[in-house]
Amino acid sequence: MSDTLTALPALVPDPVELPGHLADLRAQVREFLADERAAGSWTPGADVWLSGWDEEFSKRLGARGWLGMTIPTEYGGHGRTALDRYVVTEELLAAGAPVAAHWVADRQIGPSLMRFGTEEQRRKFLPGIARGEVYFGIGMSEPDSGSDLASVRTRADRVDGGWEMTGTKVWTSGAHHAHAFFALVRTAPKDDSNRHAGLSQLLVELDRPGITVRPIPLLTGAHHFNEVVFDHVFIPDEMVFGEIGSGWAQVTGELAFERSGPERFLSTFPLLASLVGELGRAAGTDAGTRREIGALVSRLWTLRRMSLAVAGALESGAAPELAAALVKDLGTRYENEIVDASRLLVEIAPDPGAEPGFARLLADAVQHAPGFTLRGGTNEVLRGIVARGMGLR
Amino acid sequence: MSSTELRELAESVFADAYDRDAVGFDTGLWKTCEQTGLARLTLPEAAGGSEGTLSDAAALLEAAGAHAARVPLAETDLLGGWLAHAAGLPVPDGALVAVAGDLDMASDGTVSGTLTRVPWGRAVSAVVVLTGDRVVVLAPSALTVHEGANVAEEPRDTLVASGATPLAAGDAPAGAADELALRAALGRSLLLAGAARGALARSIGYAGERVQFGRPIGKFQAVQQQLAEAGSEVAAASAASAAAARTAADRGFADDATAFAVAAAKSRCGASATSVARIAHQVHGAIGFTREHDLRLVTTRLWAWRDEDGNDSHWNGVVGTRALDAGPDGLWPLITGTP
Repeated sequence: MSDTLTALPALVPDPVELPGHLADLRAQVREFLADERAAGSWTPGADVWLSGWDEEFSKRLGARGWLGMTIPTEYGGHGRTALDRYVVTEELLAAGAPVAAHWVADRQIGPSLMRFGTEEQRRKFLPGIARGEVYFGIGMSEPDSGSDLASVRTRADRVDGGWEMTGTKVWTSGAHHAHAFFALVRTAPKDDSNRHAGLSQLLVELDRPGITVRPIPLLTGAHHFNEVVFDHVFIPDEMVFGEIGSGWAQVTGELAFERSGPERFLSTFPLLASLVGELGRAAGTDAGTRREIGALVSRLWTLRRMSLAVAGALESGAAPELAAALVKDLGTRYENEIVDASRLLVEIAPDPGAEPGFARLLADAVQHAPGFTLRGGTNEVLRGIVARGMGLR
Repeated sequence: MSSTELRELAESVFADAYDRDAVGFDTGLWKTCEQTGLARLTLPEAAGGSEGTLSDAAALLEAAGAHAARVPLAETDLLGGWLAHAAGLPVPDGALVAVAGDLDMASDGTVSGTLTRVPWGRAVSAVVVLTGDRVVVLAPSALTVHEGANVAEEPRDTLVASGATPLAAGDAPAGAADELALRAALGRSLLLAGAARGALARSIGYAGERVQFGRPIGKFQAVQQQLAEAGSEVAAASAASAAAARTAADRGFADDATAFAVAAAKSRCGASATSVARIAHQVHGAIGFTREHDLRLVTTRLWAWRDEDGNDSHWNGVVGTRALDAGPDGLWPLITGTP
């Protein structure tokens, strides 16, 4: 019996209590957000990290020192810890603030540039990212490559002084506004005995000749996704990201980082807060309703503690890939649970045209819900990763 | 002792004592726990304890749950020992338990009344009872014991006092009733998280051995997806119970944030128990549903413990009330524990 117990790896790192000085930072962010809301600068929304594109807001965050927080000061960042960034990020998401413009650059590109970027690349992009002025997209999926990411066909051929890139990327959020994106491309012919070989990452500035960005409207008609077509686009050697041929390892390393953050369970938190408000207005909320809210809130508290535990482990240099995948699987399903409970506990139909409030948040959440369990690796793919991590397969 | 060393010690002590066919109090294991200082891990030295933290207790109880250890560790250390000591009474030797109950106290100091479903009632050396604003310590030999059990075959006995003379009595510390309930729920959450891990580990082991259609059933995606879901539930139970223990360790049980954390953790662990037990049995097929297989040692504990010390519904009511009282602007500060 003890053999099977010891064979099972630890599923979640030890709990983290945030250091005391972060209470001050949290209070500053809350005060800033209260001022923003009082000024009516934006309307709290659901799924704001996809849909809340507000460049002026991003710049105000940058001016406060709340973007590029973990980037060293010599590159224009603030040299703070991942837990500092966690506090700022979760406060922004919980408030439904418009964080989409800087989201990918701040979460992913900054840390990736610090891991794999050249000195020149860091100097070129990091200061603008920290100021909230430079925005990025992610170029991974293709029309024929979704969950099976290693099958990407966009290719880059060696030319004098660089690479010539041809192919199509899809579902690229914000590419119509972004300055640059990270593309996963094939730089060597596919080898069926090693599907992960021959892939590389390129930093692509989106104003290069030969790039066409076309909208792929969401089911609501809103424009967030794009198709980005590359027709013999020249990418200079200086914009190769990391090592040629190491794209797969670099990309999967990034995925582990992006899977466990607060955006994986807070996309619909503004709806939950609004639900609590609606129920509070009804006198004598019954025991059953209290319990349903209690169940939702207990799950949320748990997810946050799991996610913080992963953040703490990442900060101390561990790579808790299994725990990160578990957070995302549970958290994105939880985002849907809030939607389901909201529509059953309050008899108010979702209304996309309503004034800001419950009916409109519900409409946003209902219409964005399918994306939660797809983006960043579908839950089915994640569960495969979990199964392998636990010793199956 | 570092937390890693403590965890390893606990795992090895419980693994050595594992006996799939035994029921009832494990005398040998209890002796080992006393000799190694695990039996009174968090109690002060003056009360015969090891002065460990609640995070140490978390590691110990989680391991006890995973190995289905048949000893009242939470009851002795977190409950009985704590309550006697906090009331300024000498902490009796041996295994202990604490319960809240209504006893009539006569002017001569004797007590009468009935205590229902007392964990390990027949096996402990003393029962510490919180009755009103008093704490009385009773020896089971002074009580009539009606044996009962939970669905995991653990003793849950009815104890009847008829003019029993307490071993000791004193005033209850402030907030004792709330703290006793929170300590019991925290201990139970940690045991649940461990039992859930035990059920998952057995299921993964079984899925790797059981061959159908020419390959281990763990090679089938349908089974993998189920076990991955169980994995997420085990992770949630571990994270919730360990975080609640950490909050209690840092802030004490009187802090609102601890009360919230423990309530949320017991609710979450109860929900995990339901999912994990269901999936574990589904993966094991018919054999797991028999006395021949030891899966039952952990799944029956999941079923028993999710309903003890407040079921999911009870604690959801507590959390839900806090959330609705906090309102839309207070909900997030409630969750982060930072007003």
